[in-house]
Formats: sequence, C-alpha cells, structure tokens
Amino acid sequence: MAEHQEHADEHGQAYYVKIWAVLLVLLIVSILGPILAPHLEVGFLKAWMITLMTAFGIAVVKAYLVAANFMHLKIEKRYISYLLATMLMLMLLFFAGVAPDVMKHEGQNWQNVAAQTEVERALEAEGAAAAHGEHAGEQPGGEH
Amino acid sequence: MSSMTKPIATTRSATGIPTGKLAVWWVVGSEIVIFGGLLASYVMHRLGHPEWAEYASHTNTWFGGANTFVLLTSSLFAVLAHHAAEHGDGKKAAKWLLGTCAGGFIFLCIKAVEWTIEIQHGYTITANGFWSFYYTAAGIHALHVIAGCIIMLIIARQAWKGKELQRVELIGIYWHFVDIVWIFLFPLLYIAK
Repeated sequence: MAEHQEHADEHGQAYYVKIWAVLLVLLIVSILGPILAPHLEVGFLKAWMITLMTAFGIAVVKAYLVAANFMHLKIEKRYISYLLATMLMLMLLFFAGVAPDVMKHEGQNWQNVAAQTEVERALEAEGAAAAHGEHAGEQPGGEH
Repeated sequence: MSSMTKPIATTRSATGIPTGKLAVWWVVGSEIVIFGGLLASYVMHRLGHPEWAEYASHTNTWFGGANTFVLLTSSLFAVLAHHAAEHGDGKKAAKWLLGTCAGGFIFLCIKAVEWTIEIQHGYTITANGFWSFYYTAAGIHALHVIAGCIIMLIIARQAWKGKELQRVELIGIYWHFVDIVWIFLFPLLYIAK
C-alpha cells in the first residue's frame, strides 16, 4: 500500500512541476554563473573554473533530470540506458580520435599552416580593432 | 476496424518495450551521434582557436536563456500530456500537446528575432568558423523543433478523438531529447565566453 502511494506520488503532476521548478533554478544559476564568478574566486578556485562548473556541470544535471524524470529513463528497461550510453561513448571516441588533429596546429613532423595563419591573422585583427576601440574580425558595422 | 489492419509490429513487444517506443529510443540514439558529432567538432575547434573567444562574446545570453526557459516549460507540458494520456484522458492530453507546440512556436519566434538582429550586425553564417557552427547547430536543432511540432499536431488530433494515446508518450520522448540538446547548446554557444 505504502509502495503504491509512493509510486503515485512519483508520477503525479505535482512531481513533474517540482522537477520543472528545479530545472528553472538551475537555469538561473547557469546564467548568473559568469556574472558572479569573478566575485567568488577563492584560492585555487578561479573564475573560469566556476563558470565551467555552472555552465557544463549544471547542463549535465539538467539533462539527467529531464532524461530520468520526463523521459522516464528511471523506470524504463535498463538496456535503453545502455543503448544511449553506448552512443555517448561513440561520441567521445570520435572526439578522442579527431580532436588532436583539430586542437593542435603542429606536431613533431607536421604543421597545420592554414590554421596557424588564420589564428595569427584573426588575433592580429582583434588586437588592431581593440586599439581602435572597436570589435574585431567582423564586417563593418559589427558592433553589438 | 482499424485495430485489425494494424501491422503486427505496432502492437507486439518482443523486447519488453512496445515496438513504437523502442523505435523512438533508436531515433534518440541516432540523434545523439548526429548532434554529438556536431557539438564535439565545435568544442575541439573552440579549444583549438583562441580567436573564437572574441567571436563567441557577441551572442546574446538573454535570448538563449529565454529560449531555454521556453523549452523547459514545453517539456513540462509534454510530460503532463503523457500523464493525461496514461489516465485515458485524450482531450486533456491533446490540450497539453497544443501547449507544448505553442512552446515550440515561441522558441522559433525568439530565434527568428535573435538571428535577424545578428545577421543585421554582420554575423552571418559565412562570417567565420564560430558563426558557421552557431547557425548550423542551432539551425539543425530548430529543424527538429519544427518537425516535432508538426508530428505533435497530428498526434494531438488523434488524441483528441481518444485514438492512439500511446503516441503521446512517444512524441514526448522525442521532444524531451530536443530539449536536452538545447540544454547543451545553451552553455556552449551563450555561456562559455
């Protein structure tokens, strides 16, 4: 009986509204993160670390809340979670395989000249624009 | 009777999960690698190109935040539609689905305004690598929103007549996935500057 009651509560409308409210609070925290981060620096905890946590840490929590409660993965057959986790693994495998080529612009026996030139050109343009008090790397009228 | 002409695959569940639902899970699985590949490519380029930080600083967090709010709320409506369908209330399920659809529509309107402003400022899809990714990722996501809305209208029509109520859950699963993709697009394109 108690178990039945618990089951009903877990999937009642109020329960879904509660999950939604938690999601909204998390959204607000993720928006405030970069604004408040510079004021929250303590010791080794730098502002960019706080922003990363409030941005991506919270995104993972939000995604989990939606998947577990709204998509009902929590009560779905277990193999569906394994299926989805496998796809995420394939994504990470793809990242691991390709990222070194994209993120590094030179190695022991190779050099990505095009990427190096573009980084240099763009950073120079940004620097020059900053010196003129404008934004860089954009077409004319690119202020915001 | 329509139930007699239904394909066997629609009604059986050899895997312990109704076949239609299993198919939606497969769609979601495929979508994970579609969006995952795109977002992973974005992340590696963003990390490999220090100059993108400046490009990314021009996205508007408030537009992105408002759209996150809209999608999260539409997801709530979708799960409430499922809740109603589970209790056999097709009319209520249809109403919640229309609410979800309205959320999708508002999302697209906000996106249209946002993109118009950005394009007018010269941030077009060909401006640089960052903006190419920005429009491609958000654009493919928006196409999913449009597709979801169309399917949802068809299912809402059936649910209103009390037919095929199990489909309310299926479109819900898809819609929540589209919501989750946006949950990751939001910090990637708007927060991490």
